Amino acid sequence: MYVAVKGGERAIDNAHDWLAEERRGDTSIAELSIAQIREQLSLAVNRVMAEGSLYDPDLAALAIKQSRGDLIEAIFLIRAYRTTLPRIGHSTPVDTGAMACDRRISATFKDAPGGQVLGPTFDYTHRLLDFKLAAEGEVPEAATGEAQERDMPRITDFLNREGLIQDEVRSDETPPDMTRQPMDYPANRALRLQALTRGDEGFVLGMAYSTQRGYGRNHPFVGELRIGTVAVEMDIPELGFAIDIGEITLTECETVNQFMGSKTEPPQFTRGYGLTFGQTERKAISMALVDRALRWKELGEDNEGAPAQDEEFVLSHADNIQATGFLEHIKLPHYVDFQSELELIRKVRAEAMAHQHKEAAE
Amino acid sequence: MTPEQTNTPARQRWMSTLAKAAPAQLHALCDGLDEWPAHTWLRPPEVGGVMVRGRAGGTGAPFNLGEMTVTRCALRLPCGTVGHGYVQGRDKAHAERAALIDALMQTDRAGAIRAAILTPLEEAAQTARATRAAKAAATKVDFFTMVRGED
Repeated sequence: MYVAVKGGERAIDNAHDWLAEERRGDTSIAELSIAQIREQLSLAVNRVMAEGSLYDPDLAALAIKQSRGDLIEAIFLIRAYRTTLPRIGHSTPVDTGAMACDRRISATFKDAPGGQVLGPTFDYTHRLLDFKLAAEGEVPEAATGEAQERDMPRITDFLNREGLIQDEVRSDETPPDMTRQPMDYPANRALRLQALTRGDEGFVLGMAYSTQRGYGRNHPFVGELRIGTVAVEMDIPELGFAIDIGEITLTECETVNQFMGSKTEPPQFTRGYGLTFGQTERKAISMALVDRALRWKELGEDNEGAPAQDEEFVLSHADNIQATGFLEHIKLPHYVDFQSELELIRKVRAEAMAHQHKEAAE
Repeated sequence: MTPEQTNTPARQRWMSTLAKAAPAQLHALCDGLDEWPAHTWLRPPEVGGVMVRGRAGGTGAPFNLGEMTVTRCALRLPCGTVGHGYVQGRDKAHAERAALIDALMQTDRAGAIRAAILTPLEEAAQTARATRAAKAAATKVDFFTMVRGED
């Protein structure tokens, strides 16, 4: 147990001043601006927005600067800020089918209508350090092509036409909100998706990887991965109509999973779903795999006892702010606690020693 | 009185354009405009969060994806016209300009405001969108599946 302690104010103030100085680093090197972080470390910004659960690139960039690049610390800052915001309302569900795609690929259909669009990807790079980046220089302009003015159809719609894939039942039910009420188990899929999309990328990746290695295997294909912008629409109560209140970048991943059927479901493909803020595709794919693994009960699959099938285990350990809060608190003063432990161990030890002496004497 | 005064779809469009505008561009365009009417606040600019929702599988049941920052305000012109601003981000001046333009678009200055502000904003958004779409189109590929020789 942590017990409040007094004193140390001067040391704490001095530590914070030194922290500020270390954050700035060598003053002969130019200082980073928020705009530079937002534009040039955009994938870090995207991760902080996704796990901070707040879409605001400037705030995420500020948090990264303040945290010296410690992304979990930055996410912590964003979560803390988020709690101070009055809730204006909620959007209508975003229409990812109408996304203006920067990237859209399918691992299942090479001739997908709308085409395979690679976008600004690290895929197919050689992962060799590029020393040209160490020198300042102009970047060649990206090539352009003839764009088609039409929405990209969903890949899963093709399978759906043949009835080969489990259908997503559209509803307008109000989803539970874990930022408003404590987590409740068993969770429904809406609550699981909310917890996963703000969950730690490393943790969700590890869980997803475990399903690929056989702990709750579900044979995923990336049916479709798309990254791009969507409009966010909200009903304005005082006006009686809806307007777009903004535009955000999202990553969406739909997996198509082999499914041989169960007691309740016919053989068909099933789905896993990932949707995340920003360009965060590793996270979106991981989310889709874990979403699928957690659906074992509704699909009538066997519980193999795999960690990724245990929703309470997955959801209650996915949040890096809860995790780091509990983990890091053990470094704070526990003097009173420890004092009692110390007394206990002295007592038990003394008894044990006395017993040994006695035995040796006999 | 303009035809746009009672036209809800038109008002939805211009409010949406203002919400998504780059604050710096809106600021620059507004600087070019000479006369700004006085106004009284019905709701001074307020920064808040809107919970963005998605759908499971893209088309199924809604779930909460995460919040975004939004700034809103409402004001009244001396003539009594009310303007609302709902904009992405935390820029209070952006929300104020959006509300003023929303109000003016309901007055006889609508034509001038559309030409000076809304049209350039829409064009900028269209250009930005087309530029990205063209770059994406250049990365479109055809994968060839190698014949394995089974048949």
